[in-house]
Amino acid sequence: MAEAAAVTGAASPTGGTARRLLANPRVVLGGAVLVFFALAALFAPLIAPHDPVEQDLLLQYVPPAWSDKAEAGYLFGTDNLGRDILSRLIYGARVALFVAVAAAAAAGLLGTALGLLAGYLGGWVDTVISRLVEIWMAFPAVLLSIVLVAVMGTGLHSVIIAIAVIDWTRFCRVVRAETMAQKQQDYVASAVTVGLGRMRILWREILPNVLPLLIVLFTLEMGIAVIVEAILSYVNLSLASDFPTWGGMISDGRKYVNQAPWLMILPILCVIALVLALNALGDGLKDALDPVMRR
Amino acid sequence: MSWTFLLRRLLLAIPTLFGVAVIVFVLLRVVPGDPIAMLIGPGATEADIAELRRLYGLDESIALQFVYYLRDLAGGDFGTSISMRQDVMELVLGRLPVTIELCLVAMLVAVGLGGAMALAGAYWRGRSGEAAVDGAAGFILAIPDFLWALLFILFVVVFALDGLPISGRIGHDVAFRGATGFLLVESLLRLRLDAFGSVLLHTILPALALALPLAAIVARVLKTSINEAMTQDYILMARVKGFSRARIVGREALRNALVPTVTLTGVQFTFLVGGTVLVEKIFSYPGIGNMAIDAVINRDLPLIQGLVLTFAVLFIAVNLLVDVSYALLNPRMRHG
Repeated sequence: MAEAAAVTGAASPTGGTARRLLANPRVVLGGAVLVFFALAALFAPLIAPHDPVEQDLLLQYVPPAWSDKAEAGYLFGTDNLGRDILSRLIYGARVALFVAVAAAAAAGLLGTALGLLAGYLGGWVDTVISRLVEIWMAFPAVLLSIVLVAVMGTGLHSVIIAIAVIDWTRFCRVVRAETMAQKQQDYVASAVTVGLGRMRILWREILPNVLPLLIVLFTLEMGIAVIVEAILSYVNLSLASDFPTWGGMISDGRKYVNQAPWLMILPILCVIALVLALNALGDGLKDALDPVMRR
Repeated sequence: MSWTFLLRRLLLAIPTLFGVAVIVFVLLRVVPGDPIAMLIGPGATEADIAELRRLYGLDESIALQFVYYLRDLAGGDFGTSISMRQDVMELVLGRLPVTIELCLVAMLVAVGLGGAMALAGAYWRGRSGEAAVDGAAGFILAIPDFLWALLFILFVVVFALDGLPISGRIGHDVAFRGATGFLLVESLLRLRLDAFGSVLLHTILPALALALPLAAIVARVLKTSINEAMTQDYILMARVKGFSRARIVGREALRNALVPTVTLTGVQFTFLVGGTVLVEKIFSYPGIGNMAIDAVINRDLPLIQGLVLTFAVLFIAVNLLVDVSYALLNPRMRHG
């Protein structure tokens, strides 16, 4: 069956890929949830019923709409400062997705560059980079990210840099292995025979062949970045606590969990839904997109 | 197992440790900004800053600072904690048993739960039982340990499960101060069952939160290995002999499926150790993970450095143990 799919894919590369993607339930479902959150993030000012940072001390701890004591206009209730939970969740999606895309891109760029070099050049370059990866993996990622952000100062740029600095190894290891495999292929040998330079071969010949793998890794890394951002904002190292982040909302909710358990459950559900969607999308893409992994 | 293998593996850990020390140094001293900025309050004068720089040797050149740093590390001197005014090494060693016990309990839970899932999945291979195990493992794995921790707390609060503590390590009403810090082991050895029960009860939820992702991985890897082992000739032989399916899966196939599982779960165990940072914070569990977050919040540079290094050493030690146990389990390596 895999061979049949490969044959159709060969006959019409783009059409076959698109069909395979749409036939994969994980891609469709994960993609749909991702699009849902992305739309909420993009159009947050239009959708959010209230200002996410506006406080109303007369409307503290309003429970969600399905409770008896709910207030009209506050679907998911309000928090300890009377801020609208739904609006904060919507704006929180902005932070989560922005960090996810930016951090995954940064980690991907760094890791892919080093992975390509290590895999293609081999020799001492490979030794140095591989050793570096090994040492890097000896650090507890969560602690390292917290320390990094503490050193660089809080803020989104620190969060993004911290994730990239820690997670480049994920891209590096996989890209290195794949580059080594690609290097053995005939098309690389032909490129060498024709007299193409090393960098040109890497950039024009090998990179395009590693691309499907990169898309999968990027999607999975987005899921990790969402979690790390939630962790950092949970320990109050992401954005100022006034601005809504899912992690910050969870942290607030933990403080008032006895009075208002819904404060914590909704942002947790958002993180889980987005992470599950990104994982499903990544796994689905892996099955549908990448011939190497499909084998 | 050959001693040369063990020795080589031990020696290989040295450059890794050195690399770790270098990176910690670079991270905390060279990467943007000034470690002093982490230490001072907003009202500090220029003279205060200069004094602090001198005190921490930061007025020296980077190269010289690095030499001093390595010298101190080699001598086991991690400096003095700024927020607690105590020797860092002492502080870390005082809290380390807490985290080690928590991790070991979590490991037991993960292996037990994951092993049971794997056996169930392999037993009902190709039927809905296996699909249920796969689905559960996938779902568990998608949620990181700290979210499990928070979900458990929510669960305890919403369902008013007052018997399950969600903060601390031992009940306030239990008078037991161990001499070693390994409260679980010590209370059991001294037959203080009330203390043992209290510590165990306080450890269940954080350990379960830490264990779940690892359990899912154990379940996946072990199930795949058992299924692979089930295609071998000796399994056919066992069937011909008329052994029950439960016995074939649980005895014959399991034994041969253990090697790949140990290697993979060992590596994943380091993630469990790393997870203690947040999970301990969430459950106010007094180990080094909790301490690390407080150290960062208090901008306690020597303590942060000591804790990051401690975690790195733990990681390297776990990897070493994995390699050694792999060699012990695998007959080909044992005789090689």
